[in-house]
Amino acid sequence: MTTGQRTYMGVPVPRPRTAFFELSSCEGCQLQLLNNEATLLDFLDLLEVVEFREAMTEHSDQYEIAFVEGSITRRDEVLRLKKIRKDARLLVAFGTCACFGGVNQLKNRFHDLAWVKKAVYGKQAVETQEARPLRDFVEVDLSILGCPVRKEEVEKIVTNLVLGKSVNLPKFPVCMECKANRNVCLFDLGEACLGPVTRAGCDAWCPNNRAGCWGCRGPADEANLEGLELVMKKYGISRESLLDRLECFGGFESQVRHLRRPSRKKPRARG
Amino acid sequence: MKLSRKIDVQHLTRVEGHGNISIRVRNGALQHARWEVVETPRFFEAMLVDKKWDNAPWICGRICGICSIGHTLASIRAIENAFNMVPTKQTQTLRLLLKHMETLQSHILHLYFLVAPDFLNVGSIFPLIESHPDVVKRAAGLKLLANDTCDLVGGRRLHPTRTVVGGFTMLPDKKDLEAVRHRLEESRSDLESTAELFYSFALPAFARETEFVSLGASDGYPFIGGDLVSSDGVRKAEHDYRAMTNEYLVEQSTSKWSRLSRQSFAVGALARLNNNFPHLSTGARKMAEAFGLAPVNHNPFMNIVAQLVECVHVVEESTGLISEVLDVPWTRPRETVVPKRGMGVGAVEVPRGILYHCYEFDTKGRIRRADCVIPTSQNHANIQHDLEALTLQYVSEGRSDQEIERAAQMLVRSYDPCISCSVH
Ligand code: SF4
Ligand code: SF4
Ligand code: SF4
Repeated sequence: MTTGQRTYMGVPVPRPRTAFFELSSCEGCQLQLLNNEATLLDFLDLLEVVEFREAMTEHSDQYEIAFVEGSITRRDEVLRLKKIRKDARLLVAFGTCACFGGVNQLKNRFHDLAWVKKAVYGKQAVETQEARPLRDFVEVDLSILGCPVRKEEVEKIVTNLVLGKSVNLPKFPVCMECKANRNVCLFDLGEACLGPVTRAGCDAWCPNNRAGCWGCRGPADEANLEGLELVMKKYGISRESLLDRLECFGGFESQVRHLRRPSRKKPRARG
Repeated sequence: MKLSRKIDVQHLTRVEGHGNISIRVRNGALQHARWEVVETPRFFEAMLVDKKWDNAPWICGRICGICSIGHTLASIRAIENAFNMVPTKQTQTLRLLLKHMETLQSHILHLYFLVAPDFLNVGSIFPLIESHPDVVKRAAGLKLLANDTCDLVGGRRLHPTRTVVGGFTMLPDKKDLEAVRHRLEESRSDLESTAELFYSFALPAFARETEFVSLGASDGYPFIGGDLVSSDGVRKAEHDYRAMTNEYLVEQSTSKWSRLSRQSFAVGALARLNNNFPHLSTGARKMAEAFGLAPVNHNPFMNIVAQLVECVHVVEESTGLISEVLDVPWTRPRETVVPKRGMGVGAVEVPRGILYHCYEFDTKGRIRRADCVIPTSQNHANIQHDLEALTLQYVSEGRSDQEIERAAQMLVRSYDPCISCSVH
């Protein structure tokens, strides 16, 4: 990382002091940054990283931008998040866990945390609460979606941030990107896909690899779920498969609640 | 000599996840040296209950951001074992190649980004960008090669998309595989330079006898499935993994601990190497010998060298794996899955050691019970006992608080712990 003044098209740009934090997560979104080998150095040149526990020993409370990965699942995390909110000018919810709760919120569906705890820890006391996204506790200035985040998108967003340009997430669904990539549609292969209702921006990452979308980026602006249900039915894909995908990452929470009601299918908690 | 010491490291850095070190010495006597895991549990085993089989690899990969491929493959193997499926030769070869590239990626990350700064007296790899540009470039190049190959075979380097029960959703382009083979051959010189760099580092002189647990196969250095062995002579079948892991709960940790023949055991690169040394590739064996690493080695810091040796091994073996698939025409990428009631276990050697996934299914292929035993959770007790022994040694040698703190941190780091994974 150089320390000199950076310029962009001849205009000096500041290198904002930036900190990375993780709550309950797999730390994969942070690692995506270190996975940026080809462009890592340019990327680091944009920012002054002052806190990144997984990669560096130094740390600091003086920063402008905070990237927070992970969801809230314990009281001490709420306190940490509130402190970060106080210190940061700009708080970024980094990845699907931070934006929607991510896979962590799958435990919420049992509506019985005592059972969840017992299933894993037996009688030992252990503290946990419903996995929730950051926005349930603090104001979030910017959301970067994805499980994992896509490094190209992160770089674009961060560049725009640093240059003071506005950041807009695509409003349209993954299907548009998938069709532009001329993929075989998964429905025609008899598989489920949430591409029609999920917000784009990942360049149809999973369908490009002949795997159906699980909706990790949450709903697109116009997510026609009824339409999707009909399509799935037509292709003989079970309602359970649709629900599995919709409830996997937390982005479709309200839709899942709506869909589950008529079928009254509640996951059975076993002890 | 200093009689009382109070050393606290909150949220140890340059490791995956959250752990603390606490050391107290009073009047020259060790009161405690504790390795505490404070990570929040995410309850993956509960999340899976009632989910259909196809959810498991997709959800379980999210246990860990470093070894998502290993978790996905262990999950798939557990399901295939439960459904009595045997993957085709082609699938086995591609999975092993994918696995190898994750190992390379993860070991390089650990060696260069997490360990090397300790020996170069910096807090992270970032200052090295200016002071040692060639080192950083080399690290980035090796990691990129490994990650590119993971993209190519698994669809995505993190949380793979193509890996499914029954095989792959899609196969890589043979031309791309050929290019990878070429890059792998060229990477040998970078691995040599890596070895030279690490050869110049003085690892702490410390050893504590312990037991080492890993897969043990007769036909090669094992990574996916097979018997479970220990350096104390235990051997169990894969499905009998619980007799190997014996998990129990402790106060100081949200992760479970394990033991076998002694108070603790170790898993990871050093354990694999100690148990399977004769199966290393030629270049890997040579490198081990150059570092004076021979079985059974009881210095936990040597895990760093063992990782380096494994980098050479996986690179050498991967070129052969690629040749294997290039020599024959592609067969069907994926077999149909017929769910079946029953239980299945998948044991896979991931970068940090042996990993087990176990699921019990009902007739419809829904999960009734899930269990995942993570390498780092098996290592926690061993780290704890090492930490005590190391502190005692350093105290008796009259080392400063600073030296003790540094060595304690380096000790934990040398295990390459994946803490959030161990709590999951
Ligand atoms: S969003 Fe996905 S990749 Fe990112 S931290 Fe959460 S589980 Fe890991
Ligand atoms: S595969 Fe999925 S994303 Fe692509 S066109 Fe079909 S439904 Fe849309
Ligand atoms: S295709 Fe769907 S599940 Fe895959 S990355 Fe994009 S939004 Fe996420």
